[in-house]
Amino acid sequence: MGAGRSRADTIFKALVLVFASSIVALTLIFFYELTTGSSHTLGEGFAFITSSTWGGSIGNFYGVLPAIYGSVVTSAIALLIGVPVSLGVAVFLSELSPGRLRAPVSFIVELLAAVPSVVYGLWGIFIMVPFLTHNIYPFFQAHLGFLPIFQGYSTGQLPMASILDGGVVLAIMIIPIVSSISRDALQAVPDSQREAAYALGATRSEAIRISVLSYARSGILASIFLGLGRAFGETIAVAMVVGDTPRLTSSLFSPGYTLASLIVTQFTEATGAAYISALVEAGLVLLIVVFFTNIVARYLIGRLTKSREAASYL
Amino acid sequence: MKSRRFFMDKVLISLACLSVVIAIVPLASILYYVTVRGLPAINLDFFTKLPPIPVPGAVGGLGNAIQGTLILVGLAACIGLPFGVLSGVYISEYGRNFYGRTVRFLGDVLIGNPSIVVGILGFTLLVQPLHGDNLAAGVFALSVIMIPIVSITTAEALNLVPNSIREASAALGIRKWRTSLLVVSNAKSGVATGALLATARVMGESAPLILTIGISTQWYSGPTAPLASLTYYIYYFGTSGLQNWVDLAWGAAFLLIVMIIGINLAVRLLTRGRRAYA
Repeated sequence: MGAGRSRADTIFKALVLVFASSIVALTLIFFYELTTGSSHTLGEGFAFITSSTWGGSIGNFYGVLPAIYGSVVTSAIALLIGVPVSLGVAVFLSELSPGRLRAPVSFIVELLAAVPSVVYGLWGIFIMVPFLTHNIYPFFQAHLGFLPIFQGYSTGQLPMASILDGGVVLAIMIIPIVSSISRDALQAVPDSQREAAYALGATRSEAIRISVLSYARSGILASIFLGLGRAFGETIAVAMVVGDTPRLTSSLFSPGYTLASLIVTQFTEATGAAYISALVEAGLVLLIVVFFTNIVARYLIGRLTKSREAASYL
Repeated sequence: MKSRRFFMDKVLISLACLSVVIAIVPLASILYYVTVRGLPAINLDFFTKLPPIPVPGAVGGLGNAIQGTLILVGLAACIGLPFGVLSGVYISEYGRNFYGRTVRFLGDVLIGNPSIVVGILGFTLLVQPLHGDNLAAGVFALSVIMIPIVSITTAEALNLVPNSIREASAALGIRKWRTSLLVVSNAKSGVATGALLATARVMGESAPLILTIGISTQWYSGPTAPLASLTYYIYYFGTSGLQNWVDLAWGAAFLLIVMIIGINLAVRLLTRGRRAYA
Protein backbone atom coordinates (compact mmCIF):
# COMPACT_ATOMS: atom_id res chain seq x y z
CA MET A 1 0.00 0.00 0.00
CA GLY A 2 1.77 3.11 -1.19
CA ALA A 3 1.59 6.12 1.14
CA GLY A 4 0.43 8.34 -1.70
CA ARG A 5 -2.60 6.19 -2.48
CA SER A 6 -3.90 5.46 1.01
CA ARG A 7 -7.56 6.08 1.60
CA ALA A 8 -7.11 8.27 4.65
CA ASP A 9 -4.73 10.44 2.66
CA THR A 10 -7.25 10.90 -0.12
CA ILE A 11 -9.99 11.80 2.32
CA PHE A 12 -7.82 14.29 4.21
CA LYS A 13 -6.64 15.93 1.02
CA ALA A 14 -10.22 16.21 -0.23
CA LEU A 15 -11.26 17.68 3.13
CA VAL A 16 -8.69 20.48 3.18
CA LEU A 17 -9.32 21.10 -0.51
CA VAL A 18 -13.03 21.62 0.13
CA PHE A 19 -12.34 24.02 3.00
CA ALA A 20 -9.75 25.92 0.97
CA SER A 21 -12.22 26.18 -1.88
CA SER A 22 -14.45 28.21 0.44
CA ILE A 23 -12.10 31.12 -0.28
CA VAL A 24 -12.56 30.79 -4.03
CA ALA A 25 -16.31 30.28 -3.57
CA LEU A 26 -16.58 33.37 -1.36
CA THR A 27 -14.83 35.50 -3.96
CA LEU A 28 -17.30 34.38 -6.62
CA ILE A 29 -20.29 34.72 -4.29
CA PHE A 30 -19.33 38.31 -3.47
CA PHE A 31 -19.52 39.35 -7.10
CA TYR A 32 -22.56 37.19 -7.87
CA GLU A 33 -24.66 38.29 -4.89
CA LEU A 34 -23.84 41.99 -5.22
CA THR A 35 -24.66 41.89 -8.93
CA THR A 36 -27.98 40.08 -8.54
CA GLY A 37 -28.78 42.14 -5.44
CA SER A 38 -28.53 45.35 -7.46
CA SER A 39 -30.55 44.13 -10.45
CA HIS A 40 -33.20 46.85 -9.98
CA THR A 41 -30.72 49.65 -10.58
CA LEU A 42 -28.02 48.03 -12.72
CA GLY A 43 -30.09 48.96 -15.78
CA GLU A 44 -29.19 52.61 -15.23
CA GLY A 45 -25.72 51.71 -16.40
CA PHE A 46 -22.99 54.27 -15.95
CA ALA A 47 -25.50 56.99 -15.02
CA PHE A 48 -25.31 55.40 -11.56
CA ILE A 49 -21.77 56.66 -11.09
CA THR A 50 -22.06 59.92 -13.03
CA SER A 51 -25.29 61.32 -11.59
CA SER A 52 -25.87 63.22 -8.35
CA THR A 53 -29.58 62.46 -8.07
CA TRP A 54 -30.28 60.22 -5.10
CA GLY A 55 -33.86 58.95 -5.13
CA GLY A 56 -33.95 57.88 -1.49
CA SER A 57 -37.12 56.08 -0.43
CA ILE A 58 -39.41 57.74 -2.96
CA GLY A 59 -37.32 58.00 -6.11
CA ASN A 60 -36.71 55.55 -8.87
CA PHE A 61 -33.37 56.93 -10.01
CA TYR A 62 -30.11 56.71 -8.12
CA GLY A 63 -26.70 58.27 -8.72
CA VAL A 64 -23.73 58.06 -6.37
CA LEU A 65 -21.41 60.70 -7.80
CA PRO A 66 -21.20 62.70 -4.52
CA ALA A 67 -20.35 59.50 -2.64
CA ILE A 68 -17.66 58.54 -5.15
CA TYR A 69 -16.31 62.09 -4.92
CA GLY A 70 -16.27 61.81 -1.11
CA SER A 71 -14.53 58.43 -1.20
CA VAL A 72 -11.89 59.66 -3.64
CA VAL A 73 -11.20 62.91 -1.79
CA THR A 74 -11.09 61.38 1.71
CA SER A 75 -8.80 58.60 0.43
CA ALA A 76 -6.56 61.15 -1.28
CA ILE A 77 -6.27 63.18 1.93
CA ALA A 78 -5.56 59.97 3.84
CA LEU A 79 -2.72 59.06 1.47
CA LEU A 80 -1.37 62.62 1.39
CA ILE A 81 -1.03 62.71 5.18
CA GLY A 82 -0.71 59.02 6.00
CA VAL A 83 1.89 57.89 3.47
CA PRO A 84 4.71 60.34 4.40
CA VAL A 85 4.20 59.60 8.10
CA SER A 86 4.14 55.85 7.44
CA LEU A 87 7.29 56.04 5.34
CA GLY A 88 8.95 58.00 8.12
CA VAL A 89 7.98 55.27 10.57
CA ALA A 90 9.21 52.57 8.20
CA VAL A 91 12.55 54.33 7.69
CA PHE A 92 12.89 54.77 11.45
CA LEU A 93 12.15 51.10 12.14
CA SER A 94 14.31 49.71 9.37
CA GLU A 95 17.24 52.13 9.21
CA LEU A 96 17.52 54.34 12.28
CA SER A 97 16.06 52.70 15.37
CA PRO A 98 18.35 51.35 18.06
CA GLY A 99 17.77 47.60 18.37
CA ARG A 100 15.89 47.65 21.64
CA LEU A 101 13.39 50.30 20.48
CA ARG A 102 12.48 48.45 17.30
CA ALA A 103 10.10 45.82 18.69
CA PRO A 104 8.18 48.14 21.07
CA VAL A 105 7.77 50.90 18.48
CA SER A 106 6.50 48.54 15.81
CA PHE A 107 4.15 46.92 18.33
CA ILE A 108 2.73 50.32 19.32
CA VAL A 109 2.25 51.39 15.70
CA GLU A 110 0.57 48.06 14.91
CA LEU A 111 -1.77 48.57 17.88
CA LEU A 112 -3.29 51.40 15.83
CA ALA A 113 -4.64 48.63 13.60
CA ALA A 114 -6.15 46.83 16.59
CA VAL A 115 -8.29 49.81 17.66
CA PRO A 116 -11.82 49.13 16.38
CA SER A 117 -13.16 51.38 13.67
CA VAL A 118 -16.11 52.46 15.80
CA VAL A 119 -13.76 53.58 18.59
CA TYR A 120 -11.91 55.76 16.06
CA GLY A 121 -15.32 57.19 15.19
CA LEU A 122 -16.24 57.92 18.81
CA TRP A 123 -12.85 59.50 19.48
CA GLY A 124 -13.19 61.38 16.20
CA ILE A 125 -16.53 62.95 17.08
CA PHE A 126 -15.66 64.02 20.61
CA ILE A 127 -11.90 64.63 20.57
CA MET A 128 -10.33 64.89 17.13
CA VAL A 129 -12.94 66.94 15.25
CA PRO A 130 -13.36 69.62 17.95
CA PHE A 131 -9.57 69.88 18.28
CA LEU A 132 -9.01 70.25 14.52
CA THR A 133 -11.95 72.62 14.05
CA HIS A 134 -10.86 74.95 16.83
CA ASN A 135 -7.10 74.78 16.62
CA ILE A 136 -5.90 73.64 13.21
CA TYR A 137 -8.48 74.53 10.54
CA PRO A 138 -8.64 78.28 11.37
CA PHE A 139 -4.92 78.40 10.60
CA PHE A 140 -5.53 76.97 7.12
CA GLN A 141 -8.42 79.39 6.62
CA ALA A 142 -6.29 82.34 7.57
CA HIS A 143 -3.18 81.50 5.57
CA LEU A 144 -4.38 79.33 2.70
CA GLY A 145 -7.92 80.68 2.40
CA PHE A 146 -7.25 81.77 -1.18
CA LEU A 147 -7.38 78.09 -2.21
CA PRO A 148 -10.88 76.86 -3.08
CA ILE A 149 -10.38 73.77 -0.92
CA PHE A 150 -10.17 75.96 2.21
CA GLN A 151 -13.05 78.31 1.38
CA GLY A 152 -16.78 78.40 1.96
CA TYR A 153 -17.04 79.11 5.68
CA SER A 154 -16.37 82.19 7.79
CA THR A 155 -14.00 81.96 10.73
CA GLY A 156 -15.58 80.29 13.73
CA GLN A 157 -18.45 78.93 11.66
CA LEU A 158 -16.87 75.67 10.52
CA PRO A 159 -19.16 72.63 10.61
CA MET A 160 -18.24 69.94 13.16
CA ALA A 161 -18.04 67.23 10.50
CA SER A 162 -16.36 67.41 7.13
CA ILE A 163 -14.65 65.63 4.26
CA LEU A 164 -11.35 66.78 5.76
CA ASP A 165 -12.19 65.20 9.13
CA GLY A 166 -12.95 61.93 7.33
CA GLY A 167 -9.62 62.12 5.52
CA VAL A 168 -7.65 62.78 8.72
CA VAL A 169 -9.25 59.80 10.53
CA LEU A 170 -8.42 57.61 7.53
CA ALA A 171 -4.85 58.90 7.48
CA ILE A 172 -4.40 57.66 11.05
CA MET A 173 -6.06 54.33 10.27
CA ILE A 174 -3.84 53.46 7.29
CA ILE A 175 -0.56 54.17 9.11
CA PRO A 176 -0.15 50.61 10.50
CA ILE A 177 -0.63 48.76 7.20
CA VAL A 178 1.40 51.18 5.07
CA SER A 179 4.25 51.41 7.56
CA SER A 180 4.50 47.67 8.25
CA ILE A 181 4.48 46.61 4.58
CA SER A 182 6.96 49.30 3.55
CA ARG A 183 9.16 48.48 6.54
CA ASP A 184 9.29 44.87 5.31
CA ALA A 185 10.25 46.18 1.87
CA LEU A 186 13.04 48.35 3.32
CA GLN A 187 14.37 45.50 5.45
CA ALA A 188 14.58 43.33 2.35
CA VAL A 189 17.08 45.72 0.75
CA PRO A 190 20.50 44.05 0.80
CA ASP A 191 23.15 45.77 2.92
CA SER A 192 25.45 45.90 -0.10
CA GLN A 193 23.16 48.64 -1.45
CA ARG A 194 23.67 50.78 1.66
CA GLU A 195 27.38 50.07 1.74
CA ALA A 196 27.75 51.11 -1.88
CA ALA A 197 26.09 54.45 -1.15
CA TYR A 198 28.25 55.07 1.92
CA ALA A 199 31.36 54.13 -0.08
CA LEU A 200 30.47 56.91 -2.50
CA GLY A 201 30.40 59.36 0.41
CA ALA A 202 26.65 59.61 0.91
CA THR A 203 25.26 60.86 4.19
CA ARG A 204 22.78 58.63 6.04
CA SER A 205 19.70 60.29 4.53
CA GLU A 206 21.25 60.28 1.06
CA ALA A 207 22.02 56.57 1.39
CA ILE A 208 18.43 55.90 2.49
CA ARG A 209 17.04 57.91 -0.42
CA ILE A 210 19.37 56.72 -3.16
CA SER A 211 19.90 53.09 -2.32
CA VAL A 212 17.16 51.99 0.10
CA LEU A 213 13.96 53.83 -0.85
CA SER A 214 14.49 53.55 -4.57
CA TYR A 215 15.44 49.88 -4.34
CA ALA A 216 12.27 49.15 -2.32
CA ARG A 217 9.94 51.28 -4.42
CA SER A 218 7.70 48.49 -5.66
CA GLY A 219 7.15 47.29 -2.08
CA ILE A 220 6.41 50.86 -1.01
CA LEU A 221 3.99 51.23 -3.91
CA ALA A 222 2.28 47.99 -2.81
CA SER A 223 1.89 49.37 0.73
CA ILE A 224 0.33 52.55 -0.68
CA PHE A 225 -2.16 50.53 -2.73
CA LEU A 226 -3.06 48.48 0.36
CA GLY A 227 -3.54 51.73 2.30
CA LEU A 228 -5.71 53.08 -0.50
CA GLY A 229 -7.87 49.94 -0.40
CA ARG A 230 -8.29 50.30 3.38
CA ALA A 231 -9.14 53.99 3.12
CA PHE A 232 -11.64 53.48 0.32
CA GLY A 233 -13.48 50.69 2.10
CA GLU A 234 -13.33 51.99 5.67
CA THR A 235 -16.84 52.56 6.86
CA ILE A 236 -17.99 53.36 10.34
CA ALA A 237 -15.22 55.70 11.51
CA VAL A 238 -15.69 57.84 8.41
CA ALA A 239 -19.48 57.68 8.65
CA MET A 240 -19.26 59.15 12.17
CA VAL A 241 -17.11 62.18 11.28
CA VAL A 242 -17.78 62.96 7.62
CA GLY A 243 -21.16 64.64 8.08
CA ASP A 244 -23.49 62.34 6.13
CA THR A 245 -24.48 64.96 3.54
CA PRO A 246 -24.60 64.46 -0.22
CA ARG A 247 -22.68 67.44 -1.51
CA LEU A 248 -20.28 68.16 -4.33
CA THR A 249 -18.24 71.19 -3.31
CA SER A 250 -14.61 72.05 -3.59
CA SER A 251 -14.40 73.03 0.08
CA LEU A 252 -12.84 70.34 2.25
CA PHE A 253 -14.54 71.94 5.27
CA SER A 254 -17.94 70.88 3.91
CA PRO A 255 -19.74 67.84 5.23
CA GLY A 256 -20.04 65.04 2.69
CA TYR A 257 -20.27 61.30 2.52
CA THR A 258 -18.43 58.34 1.02
CA LEU A 259 -19.67 55.19 -0.71
CA ALA A 260 -19.18 53.14 2.45
CA SER A 261 -20.72 55.70 4.79
CA LEU A 262 -23.70 56.12 2.44
CA ILE A 263 -24.36 52.38 2.59
CA VAL A 264 -24.08 52.03 6.35
CA THR A 265 -26.11 55.10 7.28
CA GLN A 266 -28.98 54.46 4.86
CA PHE A 267 -29.24 50.67 4.85
CA THR A 268 -31.16 50.45 8.11
CA GLU A 269 -33.87 52.80 6.88
CA ALA A 270 -33.96 51.67 3.25
CA THR A 271 -37.37 50.50 2.11
CA GLY A 272 -38.38 49.36 -1.33
CA ALA A 273 -36.57 47.15 -3.79
CA ALA A 274 -35.04 49.98 -5.84
CA TYR A 275 -33.61 51.78 -2.78
CA ILE A 276 -31.99 48.62 -1.42
CA SER A 277 -30.76 47.71 -4.88
CA ALA A 278 -29.08 51.12 -5.21
CA LEU A 279 -27.27 50.64 -1.90
CA VAL A 280 -26.16 47.13 -2.90
CA GLU A 281 -24.89 48.57 -6.19
CA ALA A 282 -22.91 51.18 -4.25
CA GLY A 283 -21.39 48.17 -2.45
CA LEU A 284 -20.62 46.56 -5.79
CA VAL A 285 -18.72 49.68 -6.92
CA LEU A 286 -16.81 49.60 -3.64
CA LEU A 287 -16.05 45.88 -4.01
CA ILE A 288 -14.74 46.28 -7.56
CA VAL A 289 -12.51 49.25 -6.73
CA VAL A 290 -11.02 47.72 -3.57
CA PHE A 291 -10.70 44.24 -5.06
CA PHE A 292 -8.63 45.45 -7.98
CA THR A 293 -6.61 47.85 -5.82
CA ASN A 294 -5.68 44.89 -3.62
CA ILE A 295 -4.87 42.72 -6.63
CA VAL A 296 -2.38 45.35 -7.81
CA ALA A 297 -0.87 45.50 -4.31
CA ARG A 298 -0.60 41.72 -4.00
CA TYR A 299 0.87 41.45 -7.47
CA LEU A 300 3.59 43.96 -6.51
CA ILE A 301 4.29 42.13 -3.25
CA GLY A 302 4.37 38.79 -5.03
CA ARG A 303 6.90 40.08 -7.53
CA LEU A 304 8.98 41.37 -4.63
CA THR A 305 9.10 38.02 -2.78
CA LYS A 306 9.76 36.17 -6.03
CA SER A 307 12.76 38.34 -6.84
CA ARG A 308 13.99 37.91 -3.27
CA GLU A 309 13.70 34.13 -3.56
CA ALA A 310 15.49 34.27 -6.89
CA ALA A 311 18.25 36.38 -5.31
CA SER A 312 18.72 33.85 -2.52
CA TYR A 313 19.54 31.14 -5.03
CA LEU A 314 22.39 33.16 -6.49
CA MET B 1 28.26 72.87 0.28
CA LYS B 2 29.25 70.08 2.59
CA SER B 3 27.62 71.69 5.62
CA ARG B 4 24.36 72.04 3.71
CA ARG B 5 24.37 68.32 2.96
CA PHE B 6 24.94 67.48 6.62
CA PHE B 7 22.26 69.95 7.65
CA MET B 8 19.78 68.30 5.24
CA ASP B 9 20.78 64.94 6.67
CA LYS B 10 19.90 66.09 10.19
CA VAL B 11 16.58 67.53 8.98
CA LEU B 12 15.52 64.36 7.15
CA ILE B 13 16.55 62.05 9.97
CA SER B 14 14.63 64.24 12.44
CA LEU B 15 11.58 64.10 10.18
CA ALA B 16 11.63 60.29 10.26
CA CYS B 17 11.80 60.34 14.06
CA LEU B 18 9.06 62.97 14.17
CA SER B 19 6.74 60.78 12.12
CA VAL B 20 7.01 58.07 14.76
CA VAL B 21 5.81 60.62 17.31
CA ILE B 22 3.01 61.70 14.95
CA ALA B 23 1.91 58.08 14.59
CA ILE B 24 1.92 57.44 18.33
CA VAL B 25 0.07 60.62 19.41
CA PRO B 26 -3.40 59.49 18.12
CA LEU B 27 -3.04 56.09 19.79
CA ALA B 28 -2.04 57.72 23.08
CA SER B 29 -4.93 60.17 22.79
CA ILE B 30 -7.44 57.39 22.04
CA LEU B 31 -6.24 55.26 24.96
CA TYR B 32 -6.23 58.28 27.29
CA TYR B 33 -9.74 59.52 26.46
CA VAL B 34 -11.29 56.06 26.25
CA THR B 35 -9.94 55.40 29.75
CA VAL B 36 -10.78 58.79 31.26
CA ARG B 37 -14.30 58.89 29.84
CA GLY B 38 -15.04 55.18 29.74
CA LEU B 39 -13.78 53.93 33.07
CA PRO B 40 -16.30 55.95 35.18
CA ALA B 41 -19.15 54.25 33.29
CA ILE B 42 -17.94 50.80 34.28
CA ASN B 43 -19.74 49.45 37.35
CA LEU B 44 -21.85 46.43 38.26
CA ASP B 45 -24.92 47.86 36.47
CA PHE B 46 -22.90 48.19 33.28
CA PHE B 47 -22.54 44.41 33.12
CA THR B 48 -25.95 43.36 34.44
CA LYS B 49 -28.55 45.93 33.32
CA LEU B 50 -30.29 46.63 30.03
CA PRO B 51 -29.73 49.96 28.20
CA PRO B 52 -31.52 52.98 29.71
CA ILE B 53 -34.44 54.71 28.01
CA PRO B 54 -33.61 57.98 26.14
CA VAL B 55 -34.44 60.24 29.09
CA PRO B 56 -31.81 62.41 30.76
CA GLY B 57 -30.65 60.81 33.98
CA ALA B 58 -32.07 57.35 33.24
CA VAL B 59 -29.63 54.68 34.35
CA GLY B 60 -28.83 51.27 32.98
CA GLY B 61 -26.06 49.20 31.51
CA LEU B 62 -25.02 47.32 28.43
CA GLY B 63 -25.33 43.79 29.78
CA ASN B 64 -27.18 42.61 26.69
CA ALA B 65 -24.53 44.09 24.37
CA ILE B 66 -21.74 42.31 26.27
CA GLN B 67 -23.71 39.06 26.11
CA GLY B 68 -24.41 39.64 22.41
CA THR B 69 -20.79 40.33 21.50
CA LEU B 70 -19.59 37.21 23.34
CA ILE B 71 -22.21 34.96 21.71
CA LEU B 72 -21.59 36.45 18.29
CA VAL B 73 -17.81 36.29 18.38
CA GLY B 74 -17.86 32.81 19.97
CA LEU B 75 -20.10 31.40 17.24
CA ALA B 76 -18.19 33.16 14.45
CA ALA B 77 -14.95 31.65 15.78
CA CYS B 78 -16.57 28.17 15.79
CA ILE B 79 -17.11 28.50 12.04
CA GLY B 80 -14.27 30.78 10.97
CA LEU B 81 -11.40 29.02 12.77
CA PRO B 82 -11.88 25.45 11.40
CA PHE B 83 -12.44 26.79 7.89
CA GLY B 84 -9.41 29.06 8.16
CA VAL B 85 -7.03 26.52 9.71
CA LEU B 86 -7.91 23.75 7.25
CA SER B 87 -7.61 26.13 4.29
CA GLY B 88 -4.23 27.16 5.65
CA VAL B 89 -3.18 23.49 5.81
CA TYR B 90 -4.19 23.10 2.18
CA ILE B 91 -2.31 26.22 1.07
CA SER B 92 0.87 25.24 2.88
CA GLU B 93 0.93 21.43 2.61
CA TYR B 94 -0.98 20.68 -0.60
CA GLY B 95 -0.99 23.99 -2.41
CA ARG B 96 2.19 23.85 -4.47
CA ASN B 97 0.20 24.08 -7.68
CA PHE B 98 -1.83 26.62 -9.61
CA TYR B 99 -4.99 26.14 -7.56
CA GLY B 100 -3.09 26.46 -4.29
CA ARG B 101 -1.45 29.67 -5.42
CA THR B 102 -4.85 31.00 -6.53
CA VAL B 103 -6.39 30.25 -3.12
CA ARG B 104 -3.45 31.95 -1.42
CA PHE B 105 -3.71 35.00 -3.69
CA LEU B 106 -7.48 35.35 -3.26
CA GLY B 107 -7.08 34.93 0.50
CA ASP B 108 -4.60 37.80 0.53
CA VAL B 109 -6.96 39.93 -1.54
CA LEU B 110 -10.03 39.08 0.58
CA ILE B 111 -8.22 40.17 3.77
CA GLY B 112 -8.40 43.72 2.41
CA ASN B 113 -12.05 43.40 1.37
CA PRO B 114 -14.15 46.14 3.03
CA SER B 115 -16.16 44.71 5.92
CA ILE B 116 -19.23 46.66 4.80
CA VAL B 117 -19.28 44.54 1.63
CA VAL B 118 -19.29 41.42 3.79
CA GLY B 119 -22.26 42.94 5.60
CA ILE B 120 -24.11 43.36 2.31
CA LEU B 121 -23.42 39.71 1.49
CA GLY B 122 -24.88 38.67 4.86
CA PHE B 123 -27.88 40.88 4.14
CA THR B 124 -28.68 39.43 0.71
CA LEU B 125 -28.00 35.82 1.76
CA LEU B 126 -29.54 35.67 5.23
CA VAL B 127 -31.43 38.84 6.18
CA GLN B 128 -33.64 39.22 3.11
CA PRO B 129 -34.72 35.54 3.00
CA LEU B 130 -35.48 35.54 6.75
CA HIS B 131 -37.25 38.93 6.58
CA GLY B 132 -35.30 40.71 9.24
CA ASP B 133 -32.00 41.21 11.06
CA ASN B 134 -30.84 38.07 12.79
CA LEU B 135 -27.96 36.53 14.71
CA ALA B 136 -27.25 33.90 12.02
CA ALA B 137 -26.51 36.60 9.43
CA GLY B 138 -24.14 38.35 11.86
CA VAL B 139 -22.31 35.11 12.65
CA PHE B 140 -22.03 34.40 8.93
CA ALA B 141 -20.59 37.87 8.20
CA LEU B 142 -18.00 37.70 10.97
CA SER B 143 -16.88 34.20 10.02
CA VAL B 144 -16.50 35.31 6.39
CA ILE B 145 -14.15 38.03 7.66
CA MET B 146 -12.20 35.51 9.75
CA ILE B 147 -11.68 32.80 7.12
CA PRO B 148 -9.11 34.54 4.87
CA ILE B 149 -7.22 36.03 7.84
CA VAL B 150 -6.90 32.67 9.62
CA SER B 151 -6.07 30.85 6.35
CA ILE B 152 -3.17 33.13 5.56
CA THR B 153 -1.77 33.31 9.10
CA THR B 154 -2.01 29.52 9.39
CA ALA B 155 -0.33 28.96 6.03
CA GLU B 156 2.50 31.33 7.01
CA ALA B 157 2.95 29.62 10.38
CA LEU B 158 3.12 26.20 8.69
CA ASN B 159 5.58 27.48 6.11
CA LEU B 160 7.98 28.25 8.96
CA VAL B 161 8.11 24.59 10.00
CA PRO B 162 11.37 23.20 8.60
CA ASN B 163 11.05 20.72 5.76
CA SER B 164 13.28 18.29 7.63
CA ILE B 165 10.28 17.49 9.87
CA ARG B 166 8.13 16.59 6.86
CA GLU B 167 10.96 14.58 5.35
CA ALA B 168 11.71 12.74 8.60
CA SER B 169 8.05 11.90 8.96
CA ALA B 170 7.79 10.66 5.38
CA ALA B 171 10.97 8.62 5.83
CA LEU B 172 9.38 6.83 8.78
CA GLY B 173 6.54 5.79 6.49
CA ILE B 174 4.01 8.06 8.19
CA ARG B 175 1.22 9.01 5.86
CA LYS B 176 0.94 12.45 4.43
CA TRP B 177 -2.18 13.41 6.41
CA ARG B 178 -0.60 12.43 9.73
CA THR B 179 2.48 14.35 8.68
CA SER B 180 0.33 17.42 7.98
CA LEU B 181 -1.15 17.22 11.48
CA LEU B 182 2.35 16.87 12.86
CA VAL B 183 3.34 20.05 11.01
CA VAL B 184 0.30 21.86 12.48
CA SER B 185 1.21 20.75 15.99
CA ASN B 186 4.76 22.01 15.42
CA ALA B 187 3.39 25.40 14.44
CA LYS B 188 0.65 25.57 17.03
CA SER B 189 1.75 28.83 18.61
CA GLY B 190 1.77 30.53 15.22
CA VAL B 191 -1.64 29.08 14.36
CA ALA B 192 -3.02 30.15 17.74
CA THR B 193 -1.63 33.65 17.24
CA GLY B 194 -3.49 34.02 13.94
CA ALA B 195 -6.67 32.62 15.47
CA LEU B 196 -6.55 35.00 18.44
CA LEU B 197 -5.76 38.08 16.36
CA ALA B 198 -8.57 37.25 13.92
CA THR B 199 -10.96 36.86 16.86
CA ALA B 200 -9.88 40.22 18.25
CA ARG B 201 -10.33 41.77 14.83
CA VAL B 202 -13.95 40.61 14.39
CA MET B 203 -14.77 41.57 17.98
CA GLY B 204 -14.27 45.19 16.90
CA GLU B 205 -16.29 44.96 13.68
CA SER B 206 -19.32 47.20 13.50
CA ALA B 207 -20.32 47.98 9.89
CA PRO B 208 -21.23 44.38 8.92
CA LEU B 209 -23.27 43.98 12.11
CA ILE B 210 -25.40 47.02 11.33
CA LEU B 211 -26.49 45.35 8.09
CA THR B 212 -26.93 41.84 9.45
CA ILE B 213 -27.58 41.33 13.15
CA GLY B 214 -29.15 44.72 13.83
CA ILE B 215 -29.66 45.93 17.36
CA SER B 216 -31.84 44.87 20.26
CA THR B 217 -32.69 46.42 23.59
CA GLN B 218 -33.31 42.98 25.07
CA TRP B 219 -31.25 39.93 26.03
CA TYR B 220 -30.51 37.07 23.63
CA SER B 221 -33.74 35.62 22.28
CA GLY B 222 -32.85 33.05 19.64
CA PRO B 223 -30.75 32.61 16.51
CA THR B 224 -33.22 34.27 14.15
CA ALA B 225 -33.76 37.40 16.26
CA PRO B 226 -31.65 40.57 16.26
CA LEU B 227 -29.06 40.79 19.02
CA ALA B 228 -27.28 43.67 20.77
CA SER B 229 -23.53 44.12 20.37
CA LEU B 230 -20.97 46.45 21.97
CA THR B 231 -19.83 47.94 18.67
CA TYR B 232 -23.34 48.75 17.41
CA TYR B 233 -24.15 50.36 20.76
CA ILE B 234 -21.00 52.49 20.60
CA TYR B 235 -22.13 53.76 17.19
CA TYR B 236 -25.78 54.15 18.17
CA PHE B 237 -25.25 55.75 21.58
CA GLY B 238 -22.13 57.68 20.55
CA THR B 239 -24.02 59.56 17.82
CA SER B 240 -27.21 60.03 19.89
CA GLY B 241 -26.32 63.32 21.59
CA LEU B 242 -27.83 62.16 24.90
CA GLN B 243 -25.40 62.46 27.78
CA ASN B 244 -26.29 59.22 29.59
CA TRP B 245 -26.12 57.29 26.30
CA VAL B 246 -22.81 58.87 25.26
CA ASP B 247 -21.34 57.97 28.67
CA LEU B 248 -22.30 54.33 28.12
CA ALA B 249 -20.77 54.44 24.62
CA TRP B 250 -17.43 55.48 26.15
CA GLY B 251 -17.80 52.69 28.72
CA ALA B 252 -18.39 50.17 25.95
CA ALA B 253 -15.40 51.53 24.01
CA PHE B 254 -13.24 51.11 27.11
CA LEU B 255 -14.36 47.52 27.63
CA LEU B 256 -13.82 46.68 23.97
CA ILE B 257 -10.35 48.24 23.89
CA VAL B 258 -9.36 46.40 27.08
CA MET B 259 -10.45 43.07 25.58
CA ILE B 260 -8.85 43.66 22.18
CA ILE B 261 -5.57 45.10 23.44
CA GLY B 262 -5.58 42.38 26.09
CA ILE B 263 -5.67 39.73 23.35
CA ASN B 264 -2.93 41.53 21.41
CA LEU B 265 -0.70 41.76 24.49
CA ALA B 266 -1.36 38.12 25.38
CA VAL B 267 -0.38 37.05 21.86
CA ARG B 268 2.77 39.13 22.11
CA LEU B 269 3.74 37.57 25.42
CA LEU B 270 2.97 34.07 24.12
CA THR B 271 5.16 34.50 21.07
CA ARG B 272 7.91 36.59 22.63
CA GLY B 273 10.99 36.41 20.50
CA ARG B 274 9.07 34.86 17.62
CA ARG B 275 7.48 36.59 14.69
CA ALA B 276 3.74 37.12 15.23
CA TYR B 277 1.73 37.25 12.03
CA ALA B 278 -1.10 39.71 11.76
